Amino acid sequence: MGRTLAEKVWDAHVVRKGAAGEPDLLYIDLHLIHEVTSPQAFDGLREAGRPVRRPDLTIATEDHNIPTVDIDKPIADLVSRTQVDTLRRNAAEFGVRIHSLGDVDQGIVHVVGPQTGLTQPGMTIVCGDSHTSTHGAFGALAFGIGTSEVEHVLATQTLPLAPFKTMAITVDGELPEGTTSKDIILAVIAKIGTGGGQGYVLEYRGEAIRALSMESRLTVCNMSIEAGARAGMIAPDEKTFAYIKDKPHAPKGADWDAAVANWRELVTDDDAVFDAEVVISAADLEPFVTWGTNPGQGVPLSGSVPDPAQMTDEGERAAAERSLEYMGLKAGTPMREIPVDTVFIGSCTNGRIEDLRVAAEVLKGRKVADGVRLMVVPGSVRVRLQAMEEGLDKVFLEAGGEWRGAGCSMCLGMNPDQLAVGERAASTSNRNFEGRQGKGGRTHLVSVPVAAATAVRGTLSSPADLAPAAQPALV
Amino acid sequence: MALEPFTTHTGVGVPLRRSNVDTDQIIPAVYLKRVTKTGFEDGLFAAWRNDPTFVLNQDAFRNGSVLVAGPDFGTGSSREHAVWALKDYGFRVVLSSRFADIFRGNSGKQGLLAGQMSQDDIEQLWKLLDNDPGATITVDLAEKTATCGTAVFTFQVDDYTRWRLMEGLDDIGLTLRHEAEIDAFEAARPSWKPATLPVLS
Ligand code: SF4
Repeated sequence: MGRTLAEKVWDAHVVRKGAAGEPDLLYIDLHLIHEVTSPQAFDGLREAGRPVRRPDLTIATEDHNIPTVDIDKPIADLVSRTQVDTLRRNAAEFGVRIHSLGDVDQGIVHVVGPQTGLTQPGMTIVCGDSHTSTHGAFGALAFGIGTSEVEHVLATQTLPLAPFKTMAITVDGELPEGTTSKDIILAVIAKIGTGGGQGYVLEYRGEAIRALSMESRLTVCNMSIEAGARAGMIAPDEKTFAYIKDKPHAPKGADWDAAVANWRELVTDDDAVFDAEVVISAADLEPFVTWGTNPGQGVPLSGSVPDPAQMTDEGERAAAERSLEYMGLKAGTPMREIPVDTVFIGSCTNGRIEDLRVAAEVLKGRKVADGVRLMVVPGSVRVRLQAMEEGLDKVFLEAGGEWRGAGCSMCLGMNPDQLAVGERAASTSNRNFEGRQGKGGRTHLVSVPVAAATAVRGTLSSPADLAPAAQPALV
Repeated sequence: MALEPFTTHTGVGVPLRRSNVDTDQIIPAVYLKRVTKTGFEDGLFAAWRNDPTFVLNQDAFRNGSVLVAGPDFGTGSSREHAVWALKDYGFRVVLSSRFADIFRGNSGKQGLLAGQMSQDDIEQLWKLLDNDPGATITVDLAEKTATCGTAVFTFQVDDYTRWRLMEGLDDIGLTLRHEAEIDAFEAARPSWKPATLPVLS
């Protein structure tokens, strides 16, 4: 019988097959490290007198806790500073390469991997971070792990893993104008639910997925975890190979040919069977926005805040009531009438160069609405530099937005970039949990064009809602 | 081998007459911001340690190492810090009539014995310890018995966990028993797989 993409990658990494019901021991090709989930793992190694087995397959970057302005000053928050200092010390002690604040390759761990070419098809990639699923867009099997597993990988470069189930998510047809890959994944999560992917590795396939750029595919795989899945994958194709070619860590010369020949095999066989299948029609999609406090609580932008009273499932109704109370929203309010205080464009979901280009296109010649704060935060230093080379920073600044340094920033309330109590944000990030962007903060997850248009109109909007942009005066 | 092999252990028994002790009570979330894996003893049962009547604040029990707890011990979040805190304080054994699954799993991995016994036996142990504060309990993992004075109780622990504890094997130690297979796998990896070292260009 044929195998799925995920099964092929799994099989190629089995160091030792577990007896029936026992986990397989899997080899890990790349281990990404950041400051929050690694300190105790290194401490455990130290305590046991163990070295890092393969520092050359390990890379660290600082992203979660760091500020995105004044990066030359000491980190003000003591806990954050301690975690970052600890990572630097551990990296030095154990011989792990680190991209620290100020380094040209510093950035969000899931942006750095793909941009340096370290993320390649068919690899097993882990990180002490649930959004490691991002790297699956290259046809890698990539997933988040806990701190004791981080220690395990550091010490052995392997992980004992129980087999998973496979789910095909087929997105047929063509995406309508104005919709993006973010709308695909938000619609997927709304359809299967935040627990629908539990125990599965998702494989996104179909015409609409093939049509996406690599960076848009990263956005889809990034949020697999929000559907409860361990990982999400997309089979590599010519776009994947073209994206990787000539990146610093891409194979060169004869190695490149050998690698590509191997990568071409990484597709689900025609006769392979998935444990579950879901089909979505791209043509039906619209810009999607969330109204609640989990990523599954979303509706099309043209819709309204749902009425919990209409929900038949009691658990769902109770959850919706709680969400609306936290979000300060009334059932029936058209989504387009919801005003925001802050717009955040960034994160490992939507903080890459293509995202910034889309945002700049919407913002060019326009102004951010009065009373709205627009934060544009590149996912990495290289994204930042590229954007500046293209003049995108000027577009954001002229529109009245902030242009900041690279990091996780307002994606999570662990660094200085936070919402105040009761503040409402349209955010291109991936989680709208209570307090995620700051204690008491309210989050609407949106795509990049919706975020940019919302900054201009001040209420949730798509670019189609905007008046034509001012044309530069002729000289 | 990173853990001390566990065969028998004798230490002061500590009666914790509470049920449903969750991981937040074992160690509150504020202690999770630390960067070490040890030194969590001060966070153990932090909310109760201010109470002078709390059992660990009594001289007879202060140096306890065998915790005799009420049912449903270790419920709540999956934080491994709960086990670290108990171990750092000096506990080697927790006895209870029911453990949360994740806590039990985490314990086995970190070398803390979570032995399950009937609630009747727990109550009897509590009485013995109350009548003779500072009494020791001897736990024999091979025999799966806990002895206090002349009273002998049996407890349960699954065979796999028992074997691991007796061998002193943590997860990493277990994997490293297969190091030759890891070496062989590495030797066969394709040369074009990327490494993180700086690229010369
Ligand atoms: S950007 Fe957000 S989701 Fe991504 S790694 Fe950082 S904190 Fe996690």
